[in-house]
Amino acid sequence: MLGLLTNFAHLSGKTDPVILGAQIALIGGIIAVALVITILGRWRWLWYEWLTSLNPKRIGVMYLIVAFLMLLRGAVDAFMLRLQQTIGSGGGEGFLDANHFQQVFTAHGTLMIFFVAMGLMFGIINLILPLQIGSRDVAFPFLNSLSFWLYLVGVGIINTHLIVGGEFAATGWLAYPPLSGIEYSPGPGVDYWIWSVQIAGIGSLLSGVNFFTTILKLRRKGMTLMRMPIFAWSVLGSMTLVLFTFPILTVALALLALDRTFAMHFFTSSFGGNPMMYINLIWAWGHPEVYILILPAFGIFSEIVATFSKKRLFGYTSMVWAIIAITFLSYIVWLHHFFTMGAGANVNAFFGIATMVIAIPTGVKVFNWLFTMYKGRVRMSQSMIWFIGFLFTFTLGGMTGVILSIPPADFQLHNSLFLVAHFHNMVIGGVVFGYMAGLTYWFPKMFGFKLHEGLGKAAAWSWIIGFLVAFIPIYMLGLMGGTRRFEKFDPSLGYHPLFVVAGIGVVIIGIGVVLQVTQLIYSILNNKKLADKTGDPWDGRTLEWSVSSPAPEYNFARLDEVNYRDEYWERKKTPAADLVKYKDIEIPKGSPIGMFIGIFAYLFAMAVIWHIAWIAALSIVIISAFVVARLNDDDIVKTIKASQIEKIESSYGGM
Amino acid sequence: MWSKIRVGMVAILIGLIAIVSYRYLSGQTIALLQPKGLIAEKERDLIYLATVLMLIVVIPVFFMAFWFPKRYNENSKNAEYLPDWDSNKALEAIWWGVPIAIIGVIAIVTWKSTHELDPFKPLAAANRQQRIQVVAMEWKWLFIYPDEGIVTVNHVLVPKDVPVSFEITSDAPMNSFWIPQLSGQIYAMSGMSTKLHVLANSTGKYEGLSANISGYGFSDMRFIAEVVDKNSYNDWVNNINISSSKFGENEYQQLSIPSVANTPQYFSLSQNDLYSRIVAKYNDPTMIDGLKLQLRSSNFHNHAEDK
Repeated sequence: MLGLLTNFAHLSGKTDPVILGAQIALIGGIIAVALVITILGRWRWLWYEWLTSLNPKRIGVMYLIVAFLMLLRGAVDAFMLRLQQTIGSGGGEGFLDANHFQQVFTAHGTLMIFFVAMGLMFGIINLILPLQIGSRDVAFPFLNSLSFWLYLVGVGIINTHLIVGGEFAATGWLAYPPLSGIEYSPGPGVDYWIWSVQIAGIGSLLSGVNFFTTILKLRRKGMTLMRMPIFAWSVLGSMTLVLFTFPILTVALALLALDRTFAMHFFTSSFGGNPMMYINLIWAWGHPEVYILILPAFGIFSEIVATFSKKRLFGYTSMVWAIIAITFLSYIVWLHHFFTMGAGANVNAFFGIATMVIAIPTGVKVFNWLFTMYKGRVRMSQSMIWFIGFLFTFTLGGMTGVILSIPPADFQLHNSLFLVAHFHNMVIGGVVFGYMAGLTYWFPKMFGFKLHEGLGKAAAWSWIIGFLVAFIPIYMLGLMGGTRRFEKFDPSLGYHPLFVVAGIGVVIIGIGVVLQVTQLIYSILNNKKLADKTGDPWDGRTLEWSVSSPAPEYNFARLDEVNYRDEYWERKKTPAADLVKYKDIEIPKGSPIGMFIGIFAYLFAMAVIWHIAWIAALSIVIISAFVVARLNDDDIVKTIKASQIEKIESSYGGM
Repeated sequence: MWSKIRVGMVAILIGLIAIVSYRYLSGQTIALLQPKGLIAEKERDLIYLATVLMLIVVIPVFFMAFWFPKRYNENSKNAEYLPDWDSNKALEAIWWGVPIAIIGVIAIVTWKSTHELDPFKPLAAANRQQRIQVVAMEWKWLFIYPDEGIVTVNHVLVPKDVPVSFEITSDAPMNSFWIPQLSGQIYAMSGMSTKLHVLANSTGKYEGLSANISGYGFSDMRFIAEVVDKNSYNDWVNNINISSSKFGENEYQQLSIPSVANTPQYFSLSQNDLYSRIVAKYNDPTMIDGLKLQLRSSNFHNHAEDK
C-alpha cells in the first residue's frame, strides 16, 4: 500500500545533529510562517493576490522569495563544506563523514544551479522583461504560473529528503552512472535528486516556451528586433537554449529513472548499458545551462552600464551578434567536460577549439562595456560596484576557462580544485554578481522603493573581496594537485593553510550576505524615505522606467509606438503633452489550477521515489483532469475599466 | 592626501601577501608546476603559454576597468562627455580582431598538442615499453604487471626513462587515474579499457589518486607512484616474484570487497589474462565463472553502519 515507505529502515532514523538542525529549521520555519499569516489574517490575501495570481510581476516576486530561501540553504551547505575541508586538510576528522559530505556537496550544487540561479533568473525575467519590451503580459500567463509551481515542487522534493528518507544523492550534482545506478546507490537519495530536478526542469522548459514567444510576439509596435533592449536580447538567447536543451535533460533523467526504478539498463555498466551516453546527454544540457544563466547577467550589465554612464550602450550591433554567437557556440562544446573520457585527439581538439572560440564574442562584450563608460558620466552606484567587480572576476575566470579548454592542459586540471575555482569564478563573479546588480537596479521598479545605497555598496565590496580571498587559494590548491570532492586531505600535502585562507574568504562573503539581509530589512523599514515616486530613479533609458514604481497590474495604460533603441531616454528629451484617453484593458483572471497541478506533481514524484504505484497513477489521472478543466475554461479574463485606469495613472502623474 | 595613504596601505598589503605566499609556496610541492615526467612537463608548458597569451587581453581590460570609471566619473567635470557616441568601426574591429588572433594562435597550439599528447598514443623512446594494467576497485587501485607476472595494490613502481603504457579499467564506479607529477589523468570505466602513456624522468615518490567521485571511500583511493632506476626496478620485481603469495581468482574476490585506506600489498600473478577477464565480464556477464557480477543489496556505507 505504501511501497517502500512501509520499510521503516528507510525512514530517517539517524540522530545526526546536522540533519536534526536542518529538520528543526525546515519544519519550524514552515510552522512559523503559517502562524504569522494566521495571526495577521492574511490567508485570503495570500490566496487571491499571490498564490493564484497570473500576474507575472507577482509570480516573479514569488520566484525571488523562494530562490533567496534556497540561497540561504545553499550557503549553509557551502559553509559546512568549507569548514569540513579546512578541518579535514589539517588532519582532523571533521563533523561530516565521506558519505554525508558527498550528499552535502551534491545538494549544494543542485540547489545553487536549479533552485537559486534559475529561480533568480526567472524571477527577474518575469518582473522586468514584459515591461522592457512594452508588453502588458507574457504570452501564456497560465503556463507561467504552472512553471512557477513546478519549480516550487522541485524545491519541495529536494527539501523533503531531510525529513523523509534521511539521505540525498551522494554522487555529485550531475549524478553520473554507474555510481548513481541502483547497484551503487540503492537508497532513495538519487531518486530525490532525479525527481526534484526533473519536475523543476519541466517547469523551466515551459518558461522557456513562454518567454521565447513573449519576446517574439508581444514586443511593442515599432520595437524591431534591432531596437530591442540588450537584456531582452540576452533573454531571447537564453530561452532559445532552454528550448533546445531542457528536453535533453528530461530524457536523460527519465532514462536514469527507468534504470533505477524498473531495473532497465540504459546506463548501467553491464547488460549493454552505456554510462558514457548519460555523460554526453547530461552535458549536452549542462553546458548550455551555464550559458542560460550567464546570458541574462550579460544583459543586465549592459543595461546598468549604459544607465549609470548616462551614455548609449557602445556597439549595440556587436553586442547582439555576440549574444547570437555565444548562443550557438554553447551547443557545440559539451564534450570539454570530459576530455579525459578517452575520445580521440580529433574529437578533443575540435571541442577544445570550439570552447575557446567562445572567448572571442565574450571578450568583445567586455570591451563594449568598457567603452560604454569611456567618455560617459559614470555614477558609482551600488549596481556599478557589482559591475566593476564582475569585470575583474569574470575576466580572470575567462582566462582560466581558456586554459581549461586546451585538452592536454585539461588532463591535468580536470576535476581539480582549479576547476572548482574556475566555475565558481564564473557563477559567483558572473551570474551572482549580475543578478545582484540587476535586483538592486530594478528593485524600485519591483517594489516601489530603493535599497539603501551604503549598505549595498558595503555588501558588494564584501562579496568581491570575499570571493577573491575564498577562491584564489582554491586555484592554487588545484595547481598543487588537489582534487575536488575530498572530505579530507593528507596533512603532509600542506593544503591546510590555503584552506584556512579560503575559509576566511567564505566568512567575508558571509558578512556580505548579512549586510544584504540588513540592507533589505533596513530598506523595508524605511520604505517611505527610500520611496521612488517618479518611476525613474536612475534616469533610465528603456520602457520599464516610463511607468510607475511598482508598475500597475496592466503595465502600460497606453501602447505608444516605439521609435528608438533607448525609447524612454529619447521621449524624455521631448515630452509629449497630448491629452490621454484611456481604454479598457483585459488582463487574465487568477487561477489556482497551476498550484493544484503542482501539488499532484509532488505527490507523483514522492510516489515514484517510494514505489507507491497507485498514488502515482492517481496523480497522473488527476493532473490530466486539471489540464482538461483548464483547457475548457473560457472565463479567463477580467477587465479593468478606463475610469479606473485614469484614477491609477493620475495618482502617479506619469506620462 | 587620504587617497595616497590608501594607495600606500594597499601596496603594503599586497607586498605582505606576496611575501607570505612566497614563503609558504616555496616549501610546498606545486605538483602541476613541478613535473617529473615528460608529458606533465609539456602540459605545464601549455598552461604557461595560454596564461601568457591571455594576459595580452586581460591586463589592458583590468587597466581600463580600473581607469575608465575613475576618469569618467560624474564628479570629474573636466572629462569629455559624448552621450550619443555608441559606435566606432575601427575600435570594434580591434577588439574583434585581437581576440580572434590570440585564440587563433591558441587554437593551432591546441590542435597540435592535443594530437601530440593524446594519452592513447605510445611514446617513441629508445627503451622497450613497460606495460602496466590498472584496475580501479572499491576503493583501491590494483596494478597488474603482465610481463613481469606480479600484482600490487596501491603502489605502482615504474623504471626511470622507460616509456610506460598503462591500460586502465574499473571494477567499480567510474574513477579517474591521475599521477599529477607524471602526466594528466584518464577515466577508468568498467567494461572498457583506456590508455595512458607516461615517461618519468626523475626518481622519487609521487602522489597518485582518483580524480572522479566513486563512492564512500573515494578520497582514500590514493596510491604511491614510485620512480626508480632500472636496476632497483629489476630487484623489486624479482623480490616480489620470489617472496610473495600467488594472486588468483580467490584473492581477487577477496580484494573486491569494498574497503578503504588499503596499505600496499604485493603478489605474484597466477593467471595472465586477469585484466582482460575483468574488462570482459561487463560485456558478457554469463561467459566467465568465478568473476560473476554480483548485484549488491547495499553499499559499503550501510555495511559500515551495521557494524
